[in-house]
Amino acid sequence: MFAFSSPVIDYHALAPELVLAAGICVVLLVDLFVPDHRRWITGTLSGLFLLGALLPVVTLAVIGDDVRSSLSGDGITGRYVVDNFALVLKALFLLAGYVVVLLSAHEIEEGGYYQGEFYVLLLSSVLGMVMMASSRDLVSVFIALEFLSIPAYMMAAWKKRDRKSNEAGVKYYLLGVFASAVMLYGMSLLYGVAGSTLLTDIGKSITLEGDKVGVQVLGVVFVIVGFAFKVSAVPFHTWAPDTYEGAPTPVTAFLSVGSKAAGFVGLVLMVYLAFPEARDVYRPFLWVMAALTMTIGNLVALKQTNIVRMLAYSSVSQGGFILMPLAMAFTDGSQEASLRAVVVYLIIYAATNLGAFAVVIAVSRKTRSGEISSFGGLFQYAPGLTVLMTLFLASLAGIPPLGGWYAKFGAFKAVLDAAGGWGYTIAIVGAVNAVIATAYYINIMREMWMKPAPDGDVTPIKVHGSVKAALVICAASTLVLGVLPGLIAKVGAITDLAGIAP
Amino acid sequence: MEPLQDLNWLLSLGTFLPLVGVLLMLFVPKKDVDTAKTIALGTALATLAVGVVTALKFDYGQSENLQFFASHSWIKPISATYTIGVDGISLPLYLLSMLITVLVMIYSWNHVPSPGNAKAFFMLMLVLQTGMAGTFMAQDLILFFVFFELVLLPMYFMIGVWGGENRQYASLKFFLYTMFGSALMLVGFIALFVVTKNNAADPAAANFSFQWFNENGPDVAKNTAIWIFGGLFIGFAVKVPMFPFHTWLPDAHTEAPTQGSVILAAILLKLGTYGFVRIAIPFLPQAAVKWAPAIAVLAVIGIIYGALGCLAQTDMKRLIAFSSVAHMGFVMLGISTLTDLGINAALFGMVAHGLITGMLFFLAGSVKERYHTLQISKLKGMLKSMPKLGWIFGFCAMASLGLPGLAGFWGEFPALLASWSPAEVLLGNGHEGLFRVLTIIAALGTVLAAGYLLWLFQRTAMGEPAVEAAGDHHESDIHDVNAFEWAAWVPMLIGIVVLGVVPKLLLDLSDPGVQIITKVFKGGN
Repeated sequence: MFAFSSPVIDYHALAPELVLAAGICVVLLVDLFVPDHRRWITGTLSGLFLLGALLPVVTLAVIGDDVRSSLSGDGITGRYVVDNFALVLKALFLLAGYVVVLLSAHEIEEGGYYQGEFYVLLLSSVLGMVMMASSRDLVSVFIALEFLSIPAYMMAAWKKRDRKSNEAGVKYYLLGVFASAVMLYGMSLLYGVAGSTLLTDIGKSITLEGDKVGVQVLGVVFVIVGFAFKVSAVPFHTWAPDTYEGAPTPVTAFLSVGSKAAGFVGLVLMVYLAFPEARDVYRPFLWVMAALTMTIGNLVALKQTNIVRMLAYSSVSQGGFILMPLAMAFTDGSQEASLRAVVVYLIIYAATNLGAFAVVIAVSRKTRSGEISSFGGLFQYAPGLTVLMTLFLASLAGIPPLGGWYAKFGAFKAVLDAAGGWGYTIAIVGAVNAVIATAYYINIMREMWMKPAPDGDVTPIKVHGSVKAALVICAASTLVLGVLPGLIAKVGAITDLAGIAP
Repeated sequence: MEPLQDLNWLLSLGTFLPLVGVLLMLFVPKKDVDTAKTIALGTALATLAVGVVTALKFDYGQSENLQFFASHSWIKPISATYTIGVDGISLPLYLLSMLITVLVMIYSWNHVPSPGNAKAFFMLMLVLQTGMAGTFMAQDLILFFVFFELVLLPMYFMIGVWGGENRQYASLKFFLYTMFGSALMLVGFIALFVVTKNNAADPAAANFSFQWFNENGPDVAKNTAIWIFGGLFIGFAVKVPMFPFHTWLPDAHTEAPTQGSVILAAILLKLGTYGFVRIAIPFLPQAAVKWAPAIAVLAVIGIIYGALGCLAQTDMKRLIAFSSVAHMGFVMLGISTLTDLGINAALFGMVAHGLITGMLFFLAGSVKERYHTLQISKLKGMLKSMPKLGWIFGFCAMASLGLPGLAGFWGEFPALLASWSPAEVLLGNGHEGLFRVLTIIAALGTVLAAGYLLWLFQRTAMGEPAVEAAGDHHESDIHDVNAFEWAAWVPMLIGIVVLGVVPKLLLDLSDPGVQIITKVFKGGN
């Protein structure tokens, strides 16, 4: 009765994943056979494989707008697809991964950490993210999420002999698996109601009508809570600052950009494909979460004295700005503006935040400190890094003409488009928070430009070549996207997302 | 009336040329200060040359019309366009920004304030120049916003790095105030867009260009318009600054380096008043009528408060800063009358205040450099110790108090006249008495202005120079105006006289544009 019919595999559509998988194997093998002092090869190889995986993404984008199902066959079609939405995010994840490799190169090599293994885990995690962008099914969403999370748990604890790093890893792991469990429970409820794991099928069943309303509501809430942990939304953010502080800084950069973005992608898929009719449940929930996330993230960030912790809370608060349009999706025809706002925000935020971490990595190599005060007098001995950091911070604060302003603008416009009390209120909450946030960004600028160097040490900073390259990539993207946001104007169109309810 | 599209690249060139200079300077080693300064000044001069060409090619017969107009799509998904153009209202300010940058650079040639680093200082000035010129040429709200914000960071660093003792506090205050204003302003912009779009017969045509709002803004329902105007009001009023949002100004001015104070007074404050004339009032005329009395009251409070503040100051620079609050009060009073006369006076006052107060800040900087203090009680007998500088100071004080024949007069006197008989829509609402009373109080403000400026002049310039140097300065430091100072100041002094004698130059330029703005406020409508 259930004769097995083998699925048809679209190898072109699956090529990015295949290249990454090959990369994981190659790096693992190479690591076995090269002597210690040439281990850096593994880093170079990983970078090449990430860029290699980008090639098929580009060719797929050039070929056209058709939605391709990577795997098709009986009951499989449409569960793992390549549409424009997926392509844009895959490119984002691969590039972010590449920048993280650039940032890690020196840091990991110097620390005497296990280089080969590190890059294998990094590639695995990126593979998980790339898979997330294509998943349109509960099972594939969950697998992608675990695939990207589990290597990240280990990477967070990479500084083996450092207590804080161990704490970071354990905390991230425990809260991460807890979130996964909650989410999985929610997914099982959704499956129970819909009888299908395909997101669009669930979207048809979760209507908050009929005799299983309670189960539907629970399912929606649990799934959102699960993702809320991943995107470190308040009140599920408590792991983030400790993990960010303890993990090696390149890993922190990776977590705060890559895995956060992947969490948001999952959330977008859920809201847009699985819950379009469950607005009454997720809207108040996400709305409150967005307001709390912005406000509490900001208020706590104001008090930080450690720059990585400050960036951690700032990233919590930025998450609130991404949740804001998501909460208002499907309210009075704002779904297009909201989707666009989320995707654009993720792209610009990635470029900016990676850049900020790159500067932190470069500076802390000299100062050996994570305190904000260690940035004192930076302008005198490292004007280039100072200017770059200023650009990144200004972008995070949303000051034109740097990328961040357009990201914030899009978020505001999306919620104001959804004219009505909900939208207006959250817009004002957002505007006030945008001003509060500038206070702590400007605090770092002040430290760099106006304070003397601590203990008068003004020897110049040597920036490693690969970190330089990362800085150039991030700074160029931040500037160009701020002046010509039209370049990413097309991303996030509602029609990009395959299978969306018309 | 179609905007003139001839030479439509000229404004872009004039606005972005300074950034080319910044790029070039990036490749100059930090130690090679002279090359960096030469490139910066060269760029500023080239920019000014472009400005002069703009002025020559401007068709003065159609000054109400946008000229050198260009419009390109920019950010499609949010309907923002790259639309630029200048008319008789914005041209003087656009040119003034270029002139001031050149003069400030000449002045800075060997006056780079501590802690030095001329390269970075000159680069910031060039970035500022792009932001200022861009704000005046933008004909699209989003473009305007981007340029409006572009000046924020360079000014923050200029105050915070090169400023006086309390620079960090002052720069942070400046930054947060402005940021707060512009956040609400941006929400106002977006709300205005969304509302006009929803009202429009063809929502797909909605965009952020000024033209769209000029046509569709007046149709916004009155109550909504009043709220949106409130958002814009806070954004612009912080920048002007109007009482009670002015508290950042005395600190910023006092702590800023001379160059920063001059640019701040001459151009940055005008971004706010320009915003009222160009954006808030023509886009939301109904709300402007409702808000005008409140603006007038705040403006007059500003005039009196600023003047009283001046009388209480012991620091010369702080005194000039407070006089800015008073002068901008006159500008806002002129705007709040919604009449041709008032708005023309305001536009004139903006340029005049830019030249006069800019000059005063230059002088304060030079005095500080010689005496190492600006405490009024320690400055004495400047007319004797450096007569040229002393007389220039006297001249500028006269100009500032509104002496007829000098530029300051044409900003204040017509504003007072206008507020005696404001626009008919305001009279219709029974505000006649209010405006009459305000006129009288504001006129008292001019008397106070004469008081504090003459008193300042008397205390600092007259009498015998203090022989006992009070430990702050040496006799050898006191020298008269030097060549760089002459080069930087003479154009401004000429400007003050010429505009004072021939006010027609500016008034004829701005009047046709103002007529269009005030048309709706005249009777019979």
